[in-house]
Amino acid sequence: MDMSAYPLELPEGDRPMVRFMNVTKSYGALVVLDQLNLDIERGEMVTVIGPSGSGKTTVLRMLMTLETINGGVIYVDGKPLTHMPKNGVLVPASERYLRKARSMIGMCFQHFNLFPHMTALQNCMEGPVRVLGLPRAEARARSEELLEMVGMIDKKDQYPSRLSGGQQQRVAIARALAMRPKVMLFDEVTSALDPEVIGEVTNVIRKLVNEHDLTMLMVTHQMGFARDISDRVCFFYQGRIEEQGEAEAFFTNPQRDRTKQFLSAVKDAD
Amino acid sequence: MSFHWRWDFTWAILPRLMWATVNTLLASGIGYAIAMVLGLVFALLLRTGWKPLTLPLREAIEFIRSTPLVLQIFFVFYVGPQFGVRLSPWVSGMIAIGLHYSCYLSEVYRAGIESVPRGQWEAARALNLSTRDTYMRIVIPQALPTSVAGMGNYLVGIFKDTPMLSVIGVAELMQTANAIGSETYRFLEPYTLVGLIFLMLSLPTAGLMRLFETWVRRKLGM
Amino acid sequence: MSIWDFLLNFGPRLASGTLYTVAQFFLATIIAIACALLAGLGKLSGNWLIRGISVVYIEIFRGTSLLVQLYWIFFVLPFFGVTLPKFAAGFLSVGLNIGSYGAELVRGAIQQVPKGQWEAAYALSMSPAQRMRRIILPQAFVIMLPPWGNLLIELLKGTALVALISVTDLMFEAKQINGSTFLSVQAFGSALVIYYILARFMITPFMRWCERAMNRRLSRA
Repeated sequence: MDMSAYPLELPEGDRPMVRFMNVTKSYGALVVLDQLNLDIERGEMVTVIGPSGSGKTTVLRMLMTLETINGGVIYVDGKPLTHMPKNGVLVPASERYLRKARSMIGMCFQHFNLFPHMTALQNCMEGPVRVLGLPRAEARARSEELLEMVGMIDKKDQYPSRLSGGQQQRVAIARALAMRPKVMLFDEVTSALDPEVIGEVTNVIRKLVNEHDLTMLMVTHQMGFARDISDRVCFFYQGRIEEQGEAEAFFTNPQRDRTKQFLSAVKDAD
Repeated sequence: MSFHWRWDFTWAILPRLMWATVNTLLASGIGYAIAMVLGLVFALLLRTGWKPLTLPLREAIEFIRSTPLVLQIFFVFYVGPQFGVRLSPWVSGMIAIGLHYSCYLSEVYRAGIESVPRGQWEAARALNLSTRDTYMRIVIPQALPTSVAGMGNYLVGIFKDTPMLSVIGVAELMQTANAIGSETYRFLEPYTLVGLIFLMLSLPTAGLMRLFETWVRRKLGM
Repeated sequence: MSIWDFLLNFGPRLASGTLYTVAQFFLATIIAIACALLAGLGKLSGNWLIRGISVVYIEIFRGTSLLVQLYWIFFVLPFFGVTLPKFAAGFLSVGLNIGSYGAELVRGAIQQVPKGQWEAAYALSMSPAQRMRRIILPQAFVIMLPPWGNLLIELLKGTALVALISVTDLMFEAKQINGSTFLSVQAFGSALVIYYILARFMITPFMRWCERAMNRRLSRA
C-alpha cells in the first residue's frame, strides 16, 4: 500500500473535523466499505442511513477505533487517527498513539452498554477520573451538570438495572459527553427502545444540536428525526455513498433510484 | 480384631487430629491462594492471543488438569533432589496443589470473563479506558459473580485433596491418621474421625460459598 | 540415563502397571455408572426412604476425600466383617466416589428433559418404567454425556490412588522405579505422559464419538 499519497497532516485551509480518505474495510473476501471518501465539517450534524449490510455502522465503529481499517486513512481535526507519522510516512498507529487520538471521539451504543455494577453518576465519572485524571470533586460536578442536562439528575444514584431503556440511554449520552469529545457518534441509539420513550432520547440529541457546536455523526432509522435536526444526510448502499445532500433537500427530492426505493420502503414501515 | 469403638482412645487422639485439621486448613488456604493468583495469570496470558505463548500454555494446562494430582505431588517432591535442590514436603505440596488447581481456576476465570458482554468492552474503549482499568474496573467485577460458583466448588475440592499430601509426609489429617494407625494398630477411630471431620468442614463450606455468591451479586448491584 | 534407555529398561513394568490402571478404570466406571443411575433416580423418587438413602450416599461420598474413603474401605471395613482384597477395594472406592458426582449429573440431566416429553409418554399410557427407559433416559443420556466426559477423566485420575494400598498399577510402578533408581523425572514423567495419553487421546475422543453417535440417533446431527 502506497502511503506516500496521504499527507501527514491536513493543510490549514482544508481541515474538516473528520475526513475519510479512500477508506476500505473488508472481512476476508467480503468488502464492507469500498474506497470511502467523506468529509464532516466542524459543528456539522451528519446522519447516515441505509439498509443493513450497507456499511453504515462500520463507518462509526472505525471512527471509534473499534474496528481496524484495511485501506486509506481517517483524519480527525487535521491529524491522522488510524495512522501515525514515522520517518516522514504514515504507518499504522500504535496502541499508545491510538489512545491519545481516540480521546477526541465519543460514542453512544444501541444497547447503551452502561456499566451495571456502577450507579448512573459513577458511570459518568469513570472516564473523567480514570482517563482524564480529573479530581473526583470536579468529575462529580461535571457529571452532575450533564445528568441535569439529560434530565436524569434525580436518578443519579440508581443502578442501570433500575432504569428504563430511555433513561439508560440518556445516562449513556451524559457519560460520553463527560469526556468532552470533539466528535460524538450515535449508533442507532433509539433502535432498542420502546416507541414511547424514543422521544426522551431524541429530545436530548436535539438539545445537543441546538445548544452546542459538537460535530456529530448519527446512524438511525428515525427518518423524521433525521430530517429535522441533520445538516446533511448520507445514504449508504453496499459499502458506498449512493447519495448525499442537505437534509431537507435530500428527503423532499431524492435523486437516485435506490435512494427513492429505500426512503419509500422506510416510510411504509413507519 | 472386631468392631469395638473405644471412646477413651477417641478422646486421646482428638487433640492430635485437631492440630492436623489446622494443618489441613492451612494447606488448603495457601494452595488455593496460589491457585487463585496463578490461575488469573494463566487466564490473562491466554487472552493475549499470541500463538507461540497460548498454544503451548493451553497444552500444558490440559496436561496438568488431566493427570493425577498425587503423581504431580511426587514429581515435584522428588524431581528437586535429582537436580540437587531439596524441596521440603510443605513447599513441594503447595507448589503441586497450587499449580494443579490454578489450571482449573484459569478455566473458571476464562468462562467468567467471556460471560461479560462485548458491549462492555466497547463502552470502555469508547471512554478510552486503559487496558488495566478496563479489566480491573469493568470486566473483572462483572466476571466475578459468574466465577464465584466455580471457585467455591474448587475450594471444597482442594480441601478434599489435601490428604494426598500425606504421601510425602505433610502432617495433615490423613497422614496423622496413618501415623496413629501404625503406632497403635487401631485404624477404626482415626479413619472414621477423619472422615467425619471432612464432612463437618466441607458441607458448611459449600453452603457458605452459595451465600457468598449471593452477597457478591448484591454488592456489585446486579 | 536417557529417556529411551529408560523406556527400554522399564517399559514392561510401566506397561504392566498401565494394564492394572486400565482394568481399575473399567471396573470403577461400571460401579460409578450403576451408583449414579441408582442414586440419581433415587433422589427423584417419591419414596422418602429411597430418596433419603440416595441423599445420604451422595453427601457422604461427595463430602469426603477419595483417599479417606479408600483407606476406610480397605483398613476399617474388615472390623465390620467385610474384608476386601486390595484390587477390589480399589475400584470399589473409586466407583462409589465418582458415582456420587455422577448421580448429580444424572439427576440434573433427567430434570432437563423437556416437560412435554413426560406428558406425551403419560398420554400414551406408558408405564413409569417404560416411560423412563424408552423416552426420558435416552434423552437425558445425551444431555449428560459432556460432563460425564470430564468425570471419567477424574475417575482415571482417582485410580492412581489405589497405588497407595499397594495395587500394582501405573502409579505404583512409577513409585517403585523411583524408589530403586531415583530417576524421578523419567519415572514420574513417563507415568504422567501415559495418564495424559489415556485421558486426552482415548477417553476424550471416545466421549466425543459417543456424543456424535447419540446425536445421530436422535437425528440432531
